[in-house]
Amino acid sequence: MRYTEGEPIRDTKAPEGPIEDRWEKRKFGAKLVNPANKRKLNVIVIGTGLAGGSAAATLGELGYNVTSFCYQDTPRRAHSIAAQGGINAAKNYRGDGDSIYRLFYDTVKGGDFRARESNVYRLAQVSVNIIDQAVAQGVPFAREYGGLLDTRSFGGAQVSRTFYARGQTGQQLLLGAYQALERQIAAGTVKMHTRHEMLDLIISDGRARGVIVRDMVTGEIERHLADAVVLASGGYGNVFFLSTNAKGCNTTAIWRAHRRGAMFANPCYTQIHPTCIPVSGEYQSKLTLMSESLRNDGRVWVPVKAGDDRPVSQIPEDERDYYLERIYPAFGNLVPRDIASRAAKNVCDEGRGVGPGGLGVYLDFADAIKRLGRDAVEKKYGNLFEMYERITGEDPYTQPMRIYPAVHYTMGGLWVDYDLQSTIPGLFVIGEANFSDHGANRLGASALMQGLADGYFVLPTTIGDYLANGPYGEIDEEAVAEAEIAVREKIDRLLSNNGTRTADSYHRELGKLMWEYCGMERTEESLRKALERIPELREEFWKNVKVSGEADELNQALERAGRVADFFDLAELMCIDALHRTESCGGHFRAESQDADGEALRDDEHFAYVAAWEYGEQGPVLHKEDLDYDYVKMSQRSYK
Amino acid sequence: MNLTLKVWRQKSPEDKGRMVTYRVEDVSPDMSFLEMLDVLNERLILEGDDPVAFDHDCREGICGMCGMVINGVAHGEQVATTTCQLHMRHFEDNAVITIEPWRAAPFPVVKDLVVDRSAFDRIIQAGGFVSVPAGSAPDAHSLPVKKVDADAAFDAATCIGCGACVAACPNGSASLFTAAKITHLSLLPQGQPERDSRAKAMVEQMDAEGFGGCTNTGECTAVCPKGIPLDTIAQMNRDYLKASK
Ligand SMILES: Cc1cc2nc3c(=O)[nH]c(=O)nc-3n(C[C@H](O)[C@H](O)[C@H](O)COP(=O)(O)OP(=O)(O)OC[C@H]3O[C@@H](n4cnc5c(N)ncnc54)[C@H](O)[C@@H]3O)c2cc1C
Ligand code: SF4
Ligand code: FES
Repeated sequence: MRYTEGEPIRDTKAPEGPIEDRWEKRKFGAKLVNPANKRKLNVIVIGTGLAGGSAAATLGELGYNVTSFCYQDTPRRAHSIAAQGGINAAKNYRGDGDSIYRLFYDTVKGGDFRARESNVYRLAQVSVNIIDQAVAQGVPFAREYGGLLDTRSFGGAQVSRTFYARGQTGQQLLLGAYQALERQIAAGTVKMHTRHEMLDLIISDGRARGVIVRDMVTGEIERHLADAVVLASGGYGNVFFLSTNAKGCNTTAIWRAHRRGAMFANPCYTQIHPTCIPVSGEYQSKLTLMSESLRNDGRVWVPVKAGDDRPVSQIPEDERDYYLERIYPAFGNLVPRDIASRAAKNVCDEGRGVGPGGLGVYLDFADAIKRLGRDAVEKKYGNLFEMYERITGEDPYTQPMRIYPAVHYTMGGLWVDYDLQSTIPGLFVIGEANFSDHGANRLGASALMQGLADGYFVLPTTIGDYLANGPYGEIDEEAVAEAEIAVREKIDRLLSNNGTRTADSYHRELGKLMWEYCGMERTEESLRKALERIPELREEFWKNVKVSGEADELNQALERAGRVADFFDLAELMCIDALHRTESCGGHFRAESQDADGEALRDDEHFAYVAAWEYGEQGPVLHKEDLDYDYVKMSQRSYK
Repeated sequence: MNLTLKVWRQKSPEDKGRMVTYRVEDVSPDMSFLEMLDVLNERLILEGDDPVAFDHDCREGICGMCGMVINGVAHGEQVATTTCQLHMRHFEDNAVITIEPWRAAPFPVVKDLVVDRSAFDRIIQAGGFVSVPAGSAPDAHSLPVKKVDADAAFDAATCIGCGACVAACPNGSASLFTAAKITHLSLLPQGQPERDSRAKAMVEQMDAEGFGGCTNTGECTAVCPKGIPLDTIAQMNRDYLKASK
């Protein structure tokens, strides 16, 4: 394999001492910036999702001079808006035995012991404040008749710690952050640039000092300079083309920062969500997620017999296999995502899948409707049922839904230390764009929690410490010019290439390849195949892609092509990472590494580390960060 | 299915724009409307033409980014549906479909079907928020909220800011959008301290942006993909009057 190994990463900057005191200790140790100086300090924030929106609003309010960018027409449309199910917090409002420690424990275990204890503990601590913050902003969470907040349980948890706003939790939380952000824009502390895409990072004297962006309306290439840069640009699941992500989600911001020296950690950790609407045709542009909360009341099953193509109504109860309840009696339909996804794949591989192509399993509400009544079910899940009906044309109240796993979330991302700083000083990475808190698998309702924890609470403290240690001197004019030229050259190259295929058609092909060879199940053989094919396809892309239109106008074909180019490079690194990790953990399932029951087999002796990849012209360089578990004992994950 | 599309093409804000006819073939009834446009665009790119520019992102009816006038109706004739959620099974084979951008003076056309809706953000900037600093909020349970109030606030808060209401209104009024925001916060205890100033500032900003006045024609709610009801506008007017006294 074409990679080399470099020095291990020894220091993550996490404070020492009892885990419950570490964040307090770090906060107290962080230098403060004098309020009069804050105004003179410029921070760039890329992205306005939950992570970037909350960070920019908070930094603006603290008095920094913030410049914020997003590729949509308004910050309120960031992909976070689509999150459905909910957000976790260790409030223990139900008195069902929840605590910060338990949330911490569940998250470390759920991540298959590939996350950092210190970070996760802090996340659980801060989760409590997030709910307070959101409620104070007027986020209309679901309430009980007594006026208090309602909660529900979510995949992988036995306590009811998930706060929600019907099936639109992400929307409501994002609107809260967006409104806080607009307030700062009005106050003049944040300058917002919508319809702008970051295309490169400016490094001067080894520090991140600005970005090159393209105004997506005029095509103008602009340089923006700052004292620190924050990337909150979201995940890269769209490398698979079909995923539950918004169409515009991409890897460009973090990938270009990676090429400038930021390490990329655990790129192969992809979360496959078990409850999505199955693919129905070649033309399809995205997959739609059905919130996992459906598994609270819906029962998952397939026919007992392979190849049983009778209509649902004609399959008697005793010829149905409620396989999750059968295999995992303790958690049943609520097992974590990686487990539920693989179980669905396995029954489909046995020929027991339902629907077109046999790639689907039933999610059945018949029992719930009998038990609770149609009205109650409609109240709880109405909008999801409606969404299903729109897409499939089938009525989920009278026949079970069909679901199948789909790419959903990427646990990998730029490597950051405890301060959320990347390996480039002055470059901070938050939300889904970093790798930090979920390990090899993300439990439901914890991405929103992490994005907001990073943006409202963690980053504003740690970036202050970095800025207080400045100033960092003049910015090297040559470095700025060089980054700008690199961006222009890439655009020219794409536009002058008069080929015969569109960027989208390459993206589709790359996506299929990734799904097949680096998807829910990976093998040495499949990964080697992918590593052969990706460079060929990339070469063909650069020779044969066709991009119409001009550079100096709104040009969506050009936007896409630039992003697809980055997906090719990232895809290769994902496969290298997946190939080198000859164990199974969380969302990374290597078929060679499973136990007799077909469960993922971890190899703690050899792989209890974060794989942080450095970009190198001669191929990537692997730096290992060892993971130590002092509080949660590493054990085989079992949900049986 | 085979379709004839009449699409508004406008190269830039300065360009006058015109309808252009395209034929698309082999459309599957399971495609979404945007996927059907993707098919057209793929072809246009290969022919060296400019693809039809349109806004979209989530493609599941929640981000509010997509939006076009289809056969004269904002987001098309299907009720409570965004363009990205509209599927081709609702059209007849060989149908002729006209596709135009939102038309309203405060939403200038950027290109083809893409319009500039930043006026909405400026309405929010005028006061569409609760002023709380990060990091010091009281415990969430310290302030109970009646379930009916929380539910009603939520209903109003589901507005996705798509702008269909403006496009459908004969006066080009942004009342439904603004009212949804005002109603959301005025139904919650957290929104009370700034309730008056908020209503006043947001309504005035809406006027300053050049949106027309509301004459209760109700076209807005008819096209609203989130079913925001007309009585939010009454709520806004009450709040505004009270604040202006
Ligand atoms: C359908 C769905 C349902 C989900 N449900 C849940 C749930 O119930 N609970 C949960 O916890 N999580 C859920 N998730 C996951 C969660 O929504 C995301 O992980 C999270 O919102 C990511 O937030 P973010 O702020 O990191 O990034 P995003 O919200 O993706 O924001 C990225 C931002 O970066 C900007 N950007 C990107 N690239 C550039 C660039 N080059 N230049 C300029 N700007 C750029 C974009 O414009 C955008 O503003 C769900 C995800 C999906 C897809
Ligand atoms: S009120 Fe309805 S139509 Fe108007 S912006 Fe909101 S969601 Fe769109
Ligand atoms: S693309 Fe998001 S609402 Fe249509």
